[in-house]
Amino acid sequence: MTEGASPVLEVKNLKTVFSTRSGEVHAVNSVSFDLKPGELLGVVGESGSGKSVTMMSLLGLLPSPPAEVREGQVLLGDTDLLKIGEDRLREIRGKDIGFVFQDPMTSLNPVFTVGFQLTEPLKKHMGLKKAAARDRAVELLELVGIPDARRRLDDYPHQFSGGMRQRVMIAIALACDPKVLIADEPTTALDVTIQAQILELVKELRQKLGMAIIWITHDLGVIAGIADRVMVMYGGQVAEHGPVREVFRNPAHPYTRALLQTMPKMHGTRDAKLRVIEGQPPMLGRHPTSCPFMARCVHAFDRCAAENPARRDIDPGHDVACHWDHRSADAALVTETPA
Amino acid sequence: MSEQKRKLVEVRDLKMHFPIYGGVLRRQVGAVKAVDGVSFDIFEGETLGVVGESGCGKSTAGRAVLRLYEATAGSIRIDGDDIATLPPETLRRKRPSMQMVFQDPQASLNPRMTVAGIIGEPLDEHTNWSRAKKLERIYELMDAVGLNRDFANRYPHAFSGGQRQRIGIARALALNPKFIVCDEPIAALDVSIQAQVVNLLEELQDQFGLTYLFISHDLSMVRHIADRVAVMYLGKIVELAPVSRLYDAPLHPYTEALLSAVPEPDPSLEARKDRIVLKGDVPSPANPPKGCNFCTRCPKVMDLCKDVEPETIEAAPGHYVACHLVTKPQTAG
Repeated sequence: MTEGASPVLEVKNLKTVFSTRSGEVHAVNSVSFDLKPGELLGVVGESGSGKSVTMMSLLGLLPSPPAEVREGQVLLGDTDLLKIGEDRLREIRGKDIGFVFQDPMTSLNPVFTVGFQLTEPLKKHMGLKKAAARDRAVELLELVGIPDARRRLDDYPHQFSGGMRQRVMIAIALACDPKVLIADEPTTALDVTIQAQILELVKELRQKLGMAIIWITHDLGVIAGIADRVMVMYGGQVAEHGPVREVFRNPAHPYTRALLQTMPKMHGTRDAKLRVIEGQPPMLGRHPTSCPFMARCVHAFDRCAAENPARRDIDPGHDVACHWDHRSADAALVTETPA
Repeated sequence: MSEQKRKLVEVRDLKMHFPIYGGVLRRQVGAVKAVDGVSFDIFEGETLGVVGESGCGKSTAGRAVLRLYEATAGSIRIDGDDIATLPPETLRRKRPSMQMVFQDPQASLNPRMTVAGIIGEPLDEHTNWSRAKKLERIYELMDAVGLNRDFANRYPHAFSGGQRQRIGIARALALNPKFIVCDEPIAALDVSIQAQVVNLLEELQDQFGLTYLFISHDLSMVRHIADRVAVMYLGKIVELAPVSRLYDAPLHPYTEALLSAVPEPDPSLEARKDRIVLKGDVPSPANPPKGCNFCTRCPKVMDLCKDVEPETIEAAPGHYVACHLVTKPQTAG
């Protein structure tokens, strides 16, 4: 991690609204974060928390209508990605920002060979000739650990297994040496042993290539293993953000705390009952004027209904959007969760 | 678990092969050995967890146990009757005692039926109760799984994923079954909702004395809910043990690797962990390797493994494992 270095990507007050037949859906509400060179930012949240929509918004990948990015800035260096045209954006996507999607089955085109899909961005963005692009493609497949790479260039996606396809996706994302890699649930569709392979690969690639990564997942375990910083999202907002150890050891938002406690453990005594977060995730129909987690929060009080909490710093680099003072109850937390 | 417990389910050498047809004459050219010689018991009132990766045959085994597939070979005794050979009408009368909860609550509920219709369908099929009596039972079931009675006339699309799974559970409970196969019942749900459904399943087990076969790829959830756990790999059970033994002292190299691959929500633990990263992918069940099925990826493979299939032995009381590395009963755990 490089402290103090100027961020490669900075998102300020991003707000995305979908228009649907039954009214507006405020999917992303004033989300801000930055990404420093070489660091890995983990983004956690349940379905509907806005984590994927945030990333799609900043890449301009959402169909409009129904989606509308209503406010905010997305700064890649000095460029505001929300201000530039589609042509410039297309140059940046795939070149400066690479991305890997969740489902390796559907994000590769089944009628083109892997080699074609891998060389396409190289020819388009890097201006490589056919032979040079093929050499680079072989290099990339070798980098992500696909054996017999040169021969496999002419294979079609269906000839690869799920884990191998995800490696191909990562290779495509890495093709043009992006400064930023955005990975949206890249291991969710994979089995644990294959997930372990991909996680090892990403750790290795980070050391070799030193790019900055945004890793979206719902699995806190994955975040614990690879992230430097973590951003917890709930109801289209950032609930908590901080260094990964700090957030896991000292969670401040009741949602983060509850989430960590609902997960059954692999070691130690088995709990008689799993702790539960009662209720359902919120419907994001209106612009939120109260805390989105209020209805499910065990610590909610009057102020939570009156005012949507802003993010406040509780420690250097660790902030939380919550009115409740977690320190007041830390003693209680110790008895809540026996080690 | 006491040894006195009655075996409710006894599965012996269950095989489920799906034929592959090929050539001009569409002759059978091979078979996908989805489940290839699986044996286990489930005691009354316990939960047997079945874990494994996709394609290992765990769901197929679960379905074959309820004879949703016609098994290729083997016997399945549930409460004394061999399900595999029962004639259709006897089987139909047996059905109320064994039910299933499916993975995808979206796909397993008919979108054109109301909740009351869905939960009441087993009652229509298997009882000749009056309409009022059925409705009373439907309400009772909705209460049991925590659904609001007022929603009885709504359609599945009006419910969230967790609530839909509750509808599926209520339907499975309608006929007072003894044995329920839960096939990845929480896989499609969000983390915060998973715990709600698992707690519900446990409450219902206590309340009605249910026996579960709980199929899942989520190892930490299985550790929570199961009494004993079977680990499957490529159509076979490689290890079966009480939950604490399996997680604390696994004997099969695959179990070790599988457990070590689970990421844990603790950064300091993750940093210290020696993860066993398996090489390669699971071989095709249509063409499993010679010898031990795991020999292509096993970090401890020996020459013997590539030649001879290991037999399942009882390495410690109640701890079964199929691996050449484990030859004699271990003296201490």
